Amino acid sequence: MTTATATGKAPAADSGSILLTLMKARTFIALFAVIVFFSIFAPNFLSTANIILMSKHVALNAFLAMGMTFVIITGGIDLSVGSIVGLCGMVAGGLILHGIDLQIGYTMYFNVLEVCLITLAVGVVIGAVNGLLITKLNVAPFIATLGTLYVARGFALLSSDGQTFPNLVGKEELATTGFGFLGSGRVIGLPVSIWILIVVALAAAYLAKYTPIGRQIFAVGGNERAARMSGIRVDRVKMFVYMFSGFCAAIVGIVISSELMASHPATGNSFELNAIAAAVLGGTSMSGGRGTIGGTIIGAFVIGILSDGLVMMGVSSFWQMVIKGIVIIVAVVVDQAQRRLQQQVTLMQLAKKG
Amino acid sequence: MVDNHETILRLDDVTKVYSGIVAVKHATLELKKGAVNVLVGENGAGKSTLMRMIAGVEKPSLGRILLDGQEVEFHSPADAQKHGIGMVFQELNLFGNLSVAENIFATREITRGLRGIDHKAQVERANHFLDKLDAGISAETMVEDLPIGQQQLVEIAKAISLDTRILILDEPTSALSAAEVDILFKVIGELKAQGVAIVYISHRLEELMRIGDYITVLRDGQITGQAMVKDIDTKWIVRSMIGSDAKDFSKSVDHKLGAEAFRAEDICLPRKTGGLAVDHLSISVRAGEVLGIYGLMGAGRSEFFECVIGAHAHSTGKIFVAGEEIVAKDTSTRIKKGLALIPEDRQREGLVQVLSIAANLTLASLEKFVKLGFHISGDREQSAIKEAIGNLSIKAPNPDFDVTSMSGGNQQKVVIGKALMTNPKVLLMDEPSRGIDVGAKADVFRTMRRLAGEGLAILFSTSDLEEVMALSDRVAVMSNGKITTILDRSEATEERIVKAASEGHKSAGNKFLEETAP
Repeated sequence: MTTATATGKAPAADSGSILLTLMKARTFIALFAVIVFFSIFAPNFLSTANIILMSKHVALNAFLAMGMTFVIITGGIDLSVGSIVGLCGMVAGGLILHGIDLQIGYTMYFNVLEVCLITLAVGVVIGAVNGLLITKLNVAPFIATLGTLYVARGFALLSSDGQTFPNLVGKEELATTGFGFLGSGRVIGLPVSIWILIVVALAAAYLAKYTPIGRQIFAVGGNERAARMSGIRVDRVKMFVYMFSGFCAAIVGIVISSELMASHPATGNSFELNAIAAAVLGGTSMSGGRGTIGGTIIGAFVIGILSDGLVMMGVSSFWQMVIKGIVIIVAVVVDQAQRRLQQQVTLMQLAKKG
Repeated sequence: MVDNHETILRLDDVTKVYSGIVAVKHATLELKKGAVNVLVGENGAGKSTLMRMIAGVEKPSLGRILLDGQEVEFHSPADAQKHGIGMVFQELNLFGNLSVAENIFATREITRGLRGIDHKAQVERANHFLDKLDAGISAETMVEDLPIGQQQLVEIAKAISLDTRILILDEPTSALSAAEVDILFKVIGELKAQGVAIVYISHRLEELMRIGDYITVLRDGQITGQAMVKDIDTKWIVRSMIGSDAKDFSKSVDHKLGAEAFRAEDICLPRKTGGLAVDHLSISVRAGEVLGIYGLMGAGRSEFFECVIGAHAHSTGKIFVAGEEIVAKDTSTRIKKGLALIPEDRQREGLVQVLSIAANLTLASLEKFVKLGFHISGDREQSAIKEAIGNLSIKAPNPDFDVTSMSGGNQQKVVIGKALMTNPKVLLMDEPSRGIDVGAKADVFRTMRRLAGEGLAILFSTSDLEEVMALSDRVAVMSNGKITTILDRSEATEERIVKAASEGHKSAGNKFLEETAP
């Protein structure tokens, strides 16, 4: 310590900035590390079939994590996404299987596209309820979304009395067939869900960077008061992020039921925690104002690869939980260290300028 | 008295930076053994920061601390205490719910092994120190039961009991009576004789002249004068404190005032505690006019501005911009209609700290750069940012850096730039010169003048008399939520302004008399 300071300040500052660059790239490094580790230790890890299977797993979490990222950037949290997944799955399954009974001896059936749109709308509406609770009724985001977590899950269970909607093949004569395409279909070799992920991720990244609403999301999370004083409609921004989060959760609900060709009301239990973990791992700050879609996607991949790889290696699921927890804690510790270091570097520059 | 006291501690070229503010700039200070080292300077000059570095509360960003010629680093106040450095802080740090003796021996209780704290011994020792100060306080009293002056004595007794080699007293006499000050000075004399180095910070110049041996004057974080007290007089101190160069107000260029640009009618804002924070306030400002609003703390200036910009949903009254009434209550619409506010509290209301300089500048005017209804055009945004940085002479090495990487003055210019980018017709500036350095102040004032010349109506608030006199075309004085007086530049005198500033607080009967008097 003393020798380091004695050797002069210039090298110390240099090593500081190298360290800073390393820390900034930490999610990439972590992704690289898990890929290298498992390709050595897990058999068949790098086979095409496995990679595609893993990306399908990752995609589910990545959808939720993107919605969560925007919510967290505004300084909020959305605990209800797991339940929205479950409820939306039930909505999609129920519509295909039973349609809507109009109580006049006539039942309305929808084709797959309509089913998807209705399901997405349900997700957005639940998000809007979250948003209204938070903006208009001033309920803390944690509590508001905890409430909708229970409500949505309850409705999911009520919809079928806790039963599974099985065999969502649909009937040719009702034009409800083809639901499986979303979960198991492929376009140019890639699963459809991956294509959807790519489209939504690009749109979200674009939104964050090149649109006023994106900029405003960051401003609201960075300093809500200043954002308000600058004429930003803070309530509108918050409504948007919770609705987007609900939208993402609805996509996941549809994709999962399509993959399984069945909807189970308990689907998506504790998915919200994985989504938060991916966002945080990707550098989203829980205190708001910081985060990127790209980082979150990488974070989702790190978590997904980690759990799939550990399964392939035959590690017990109990140890998997321990390892996942440690990875998340280390990520946040490094994140804090980076912020401190960065602050020091800027302060030093300012001090030198005098 | 011996002139050549030994140096016990030396701050060598220290600099302390907080985010955005350089509190101490390359200061070198020597503390002499067995002498009273006096430190003076205006509020915010950096005295306290300097002392906090010695006491281990803060670490210098640059520079070294030498104790007895050895470089030392204090990681905490406890660390500094181990080296024999004690400090009496300006704000008292006492536990009200504990007795005087317990306070004095907090963290170094006298114990009897397993039998716990020896309260009797503590009280005895504490009484010994209190007697030294002639405090007349029993060591068993609860601190919260003591008046503030006696609490200060307890704090001093505590510092003395530490048996320090360096004792820092930050405004120790602010709550003491004249007799108590005399006793304190006697004790300081004793400590001096024992070879303790005393650092004494105070605003009371006559006290400094009486007790000081060495004097150091600080201004804007820099040391501007160092001398033996016996060689100087109070005039020298004042000169070093304020500086010979007067503040640089840019002179107003005479230009024609336009039509009425802004009118507020009957603005009212209820206070949470009852009464009105803004009390039926009406005012009108013409295009190209600078209206200075002077008032003391709590006069309602900020609240008035906030009502105008739409931050208080429950305020009442009418607002007109260029003759058109603005009915909408929300900030966004009001900004679109040509109003803009530069808030008083830059950090809390002006800036989004996590965003870059560029993003902060365009935050309020994003729709100006939007193409196709949703896409922010990078080129248009960049050129607007470049223009704003040039116009306001913001010293930004790179607009993509965090806004907090700049000095306070430049941060303020960013807030102003953000407001100007919305193309306002009326600019409200709440204490625009607060907490920024002299150079930046001059820039801000120049900008205000230029904008007025371009036909903007400017309302600015300040508690600096000199500022309001020099910058305004008209001066409005606010007191207790009301405008008590509006004066033209030609008829404004400091006396009239000061008198009007306290008018609103008088009882109704009194005020009636004042108003009817010629």
